Amino acid sequence: MTPQPPQTSPRMRQQAQEHAALLPALLAEAQHLAASVVLGSHGRRRAGQGEEFWQFRSAVPGDPWRSIDWRRSARSDAHFIRQHEWQAAQSVLFWLDHGRSMAFTGDPARPTKQARANLIGLAAAILLVRGGERVGLMDDPEPPRPGQTQIDRLVAQIGAFDDGRDHGMPADHAFPRGARAVFVSDFLGPWQPLRDRVLASVDRGVAGALVQVLDPVEEAFPFDGRTEFLSISGAIRFETLRARGLRTAYLERLVERKATLQALAADTGWRYHCHHTDAPAQPALMWLYTALEKDR
Amino acid sequence: MLATGLIGFAAPWLLLGLLALPVLWWLLRAVPPAAVKRLFPAVTLLLGLQDPETTPDKTPWWLLAMRILALAAMITGFAGPVLNPETPRLATSPLLILTDGSWATAPDRTRVNERITGLLEQAALLGRPAAVLSLADPPPADAALPLRDARDWLGEIAGLEPRPWEPDNAAFADWLAKSGDQGFETIWLSDGLARDGRAALAAALQDRGRLTVIETGAPVLALRPPQYRDGAVVASLLRSLPEGDLTVTLAAFGPDPAGIERRLATLDVTFAPGETSLEAAFDLPSELRNRIRRLAIAGWRSAGAVALTDDALKRRKVALFAGQRAREGQELVSALHFLKKALQPSAELIEAPLAASLLARPDVVILADVAGLSPTDKAALIEWVEQGGLLLRFAGPKLAASSLDRIDEDILLPVRLRAGGRNVGGAMSWGAPKKLSPFDKASPFFGLAVPDDVEVTAQVVAQPDPALADRTIASLQDGTPLVTRKPLGEGQVVLFHVTANAEWSSLPLSGLFVQMLERLAISTRSAAPSAADLAGQLWQPVQVMNGFGDLTPGEDRIAVAGEALAAARLSADLLPGTYRNGAREIALNVIAPDRLLEAAVWPADVSVEALDIARETPLMAALLTAALVLLLADILATLWLSGRLRGPRQNIVAALALALLLPGLPADASDDLALKATGDTVLAYVLTGDPRVDAASEAGLYGLSRVLAERTAVEPADPIAIDLESDELTFFPLIYWPVTEAQAALSDAAYDRLNAYLLTGGMILFDTRDANLGGFGSATPNGRRLQQIAAPLNIPALEPIPRDHVLTRAFYLLQAFPGRHDRTEIWVEAAPGDAEQIEGMPFRNLNDGVSPVVIGGNDWAAAWAMGRNGDYLYPVGRGGYAGERQREIAFRFGVNLVMYVLTGNYKSDQVHVPALLERLGQ
Repeated sequence: MTPQPPQTSPRMRQQAQEHAALLPALLAEAQHLAASVVLGSHGRRRAGQGEEFWQFRSAVPGDPWRSIDWRRSARSDAHFIRQHEWQAAQSVLFWLDHGRSMAFTGDPARPTKQARANLIGLAAAILLVRGGERVGLMDDPEPPRPGQTQIDRLVAQIGAFDDGRDHGMPADHAFPRGARAVFVSDFLGPWQPLRDRVLASVDRGVAGALVQVLDPVEEAFPFDGRTEFLSISGAIRFETLRARGLRTAYLERLVERKATLQALAADTGWRYHCHHTDAPAQPALMWLYTALEKDR
Repeated sequence: MLATGLIGFAAPWLLLGLLALPVLWWLLRAVPPAAVKRLFPAVTLLLGLQDPETTPDKTPWWLLAMRILALAAMITGFAGPVLNPETPRLATSPLLILTDGSWATAPDRTRVNERITGLLEQAALLGRPAAVLSLADPPPADAALPLRDARDWLGEIAGLEPRPWEPDNAAFADWLAKSGDQGFETIWLSDGLARDGRAALAAALQDRGRLTVIETGAPVLALRPPQYRDGAVVASLLRSLPEGDLTVTLAAFGPDPAGIERRLATLDVTFAPGETSLEAAFDLPSELRNRIRRLAIAGWRSAGAVALTDDALKRRKVALFAGQRAREGQELVSALHFLKKALQPSAELIEAPLAASLLARPDVVILADVAGLSPTDKAALIEWVEQGGLLLRFAGPKLAASSLDRIDEDILLPVRLRAGGRNVGGAMSWGAPKKLSPFDKASPFFGLAVPDDVEVTAQVVAQPDPALADRTIASLQDGTPLVTRKPLGEGQVVLFHVTANAEWSSLPLSGLFVQMLERLAISTRSAAPSAADLAGQLWQPVQVMNGFGDLTPGEDRIAVAGEALAAARLSADLLPGTYRNGAREIALNVIAPDRLLEAAVWPADVSVEALDIARETPLMAALLTAALVLLLADILATLWLSGRLRGPRQNIVAALALALLLPGLPADASDDLALKATGDTVLAYVLTGDPRVDAASEAGLYGLSRVLAERTAVEPADPIAIDLESDELTFFPLIYWPVTEAQAALSDAAYDRLNAYLLTGGMILFDTRDANLGGFGSATPNGRRLQQIAAPLNIPALEPIPRDHVLTRAFYLLQAFPGRHDRTEIWVEAAPGDAEQIEGMPFRNLNDGVSPVVIGGNDWAAAWAMGRNGDYLYPVGRGGYAGERQREIAFRFGVNLVMYVLTGNYKSDQVHVPALLERLGQ
């Protein structure tokens, strides 16, 4: 156990334990989800530096002797060179929105948006790590890394950035060249800063995907009567005398927000997907995986 | 207490709170419902939206109404509302309680007597002297108003029986005028029928003090005497109140071929609204019609609802024969022409060969101038007369010429005849035609006027004989017999010494002829008998009717003169009933043929009250409960309105509301009863509707069950109450049936079930609970009720329990069967006639059958009655050792009875023990 400041120690430990209790479950779930995705070959589909065998080819003048596979060559008259598949690791950075608004669910039977976002993000990370890519969190200043240890780190880091605000904002992370970005959020927060951040990423040549996670209640707006709406943190409030009267206007705004996201994705070559927490997570994961695959 | 008509308030000033309700209404309307706080992440999207409606959301009107109603119920509830507040009569003047005492009050008699008791008790509390008088029994003319302490009268109320005659308003008013000028308050319990002299009497009573009339409010039903019209018996029903539909069942009673009275026919008739009288026709075969003895409105215990029938309904069958064939075209000289004319309106005529006619069982056979009969015909005719037939013979040339009976009396002629007869007053003879002498007293024709123009010109003459004077029932002025009669077996033979046509006399042309036939009960009258018809005769009551319409034998009553019968002024001396003279019967009914029933109209200044005193009912609890329920509903409705009942909570609340609204569906009762009754041996008792009697039965059977379980191998479960109208009876070995006077009449279905039960081995113990104070079933009200209830049951012939009955030794050896009372008269099925005691045996061989009924009046249940902790609920005897001994014997009787029911007559098999032992010895 690492020494902790005495006054924060109990709280930190409690939180850590809560996370520790929660995260293996999340990890297991994410791994389970990832396992359900049938993967094809993860290499670059061409010879290059790597560890996996790719092909034998006839040696041509200029090839170093060292690279001749003598065992293969002994079976015929020609000389063969053993080539490995080229394995070049990509960096994928995830932003899993940790704003308070993500901790909402309209029905205790459904997971919160946060849980679903984490699940999808982590499962995608597991798949990518399995493919040999490097993954990392945008909010984590550390650079993305490959390997199982990085997954463990992700698990430990998820939820560590909760700053108590209603809507999170991805940190300005230094993207490696050709990196990918995945933004998982409800995208209900202030639009302009988020857009700026996405555009800044695009400027650095980053491609990516936007996954919007919404609760069905946010789609249906099943309210009536005199109602005071509060954001999850309680910071924002809005009162109406007849909630039902607002439904149409609200739904229009929601559609407008989705359209904005779609337009942004189209402009930048990014990909956009809207996911609802009452739907299974697997299609969203499949979509995310193929979206990243195409970019690579 | 503030009382306004139906409802009074204990704290009326609280009602001022109701004034605040409109204010509350306004307040509740003005304040919109509180906002619901909801967490909603997408609130950012809502920011800046404008409410489409600027007016605040109003509380819905029905919610408002519900709240106001709840509040109003609360305010009214706390004000202490009372339904039917009692306002005691506070007065000290003497009180006269006057009843009509007529047959019309009979159905409500119990309620009327209860009301009188209540009034007397009230008067007793206030120390008012009181008198209870009945208009039907006005006090003697010189008696003073019999004012006494109100408590004294309480004991006499039970004797206030309705009378089967009309109250006499005028006589009472006369008496009142002579009885002094004391002032008193009058409460008149009227039967609600309009009668002469009502208004005058009311005015006379009002002169003395306040007059209050109490009416039953129930319609009075009555039945006029039935009439014979177009081959049907037409009954005419009356009712006093024309409001609404009323369906009643009309039943015709009469003896069946075995002589047992049965319900011969029933008819449902319905009064349409506004109708006060209607007619219903019984269309019955003549066999059945002639047997009708009375009509009654079923379930209506009143003398007015019973109409006795008499000869007027009967159509006798008369077989006619003539010695000579009528020649065509000579109707007037036909031997039978005048007889047919006289009989046709009131009898059924049979004209067929004699042997065939007798098969039709005629009441009367008329032979007009028949001399020779074949031996077989004669034998058949003699047998028929001996069985009760009436043979009526007319003389004629053939009879006069025949030489049959000159020396020996012919068995089918009342007298010996001289050969040839005689002619008087004819062209070839001396003297004038003879006239009839007045009938003497012994003659059935006594009282009929003899018209001057009846003349006899020829006749057959009887030979002198010692019996001739006795047999002559009409003679001529010179003393020669004209009509003679002799009994033969149970029947009689009557001879008219003249022809049945006008050849020998003008008698058949006169009205006297018809009257004579009528008196001989050959034809029957078609209209009510006039004074002249009945004059000079004494009529013996056969059965008389009391105010309830119950019939009792009247043989021990004094015969009534015909004139009084014709006047039909009913009184204690002339009760309604059936009166007999010879073969003729006349019924005297309470309701005259022209009677109409009308509701009484009272002067405007007389206050009229209903008979039923509505009980004082506090309404506070009900109102506060209603308020509470409304408030709960308000909570639910508010939650629902504000949307807090969505989702799973909605279902829970709906289930709760449903559970509240449906107070549980009743389980299948019949199966429950069957399961309870068959799981163990169970004793059952009949619910009478009187809670005290039912409780006593329950406790009694419980006590008996406990004793049985202690002493015998029978271990019954708790007794079960059964409702005869709905419950299945077959599960119970023994049913205890306490008979109360108020026992409701049973439906036909219930009787069917009871008969099936008795036939299949069940037993009913009838208990009149009155120690048979009037002998078996004769005079006590319970006994009468038992007779009425048990009449349709298949009960075999009964006898008082013989000393060697199996009941005396089924478990204990007993010779007495006491309950709370100790009168040993209990009745069981009669032993078969061939049961004989074998020499040397202690009892007869009565091996077959268990008596389906045991009838007694010793109030066994009360003697057996035991509380759950084993203490006895009713004292027996005078207490002490003798009383406890009597209770012990009562229990022993109960044990014997149950053993008898469960094991049958096997104790009687001991008769065979000696034979068995003998056989074993060999």
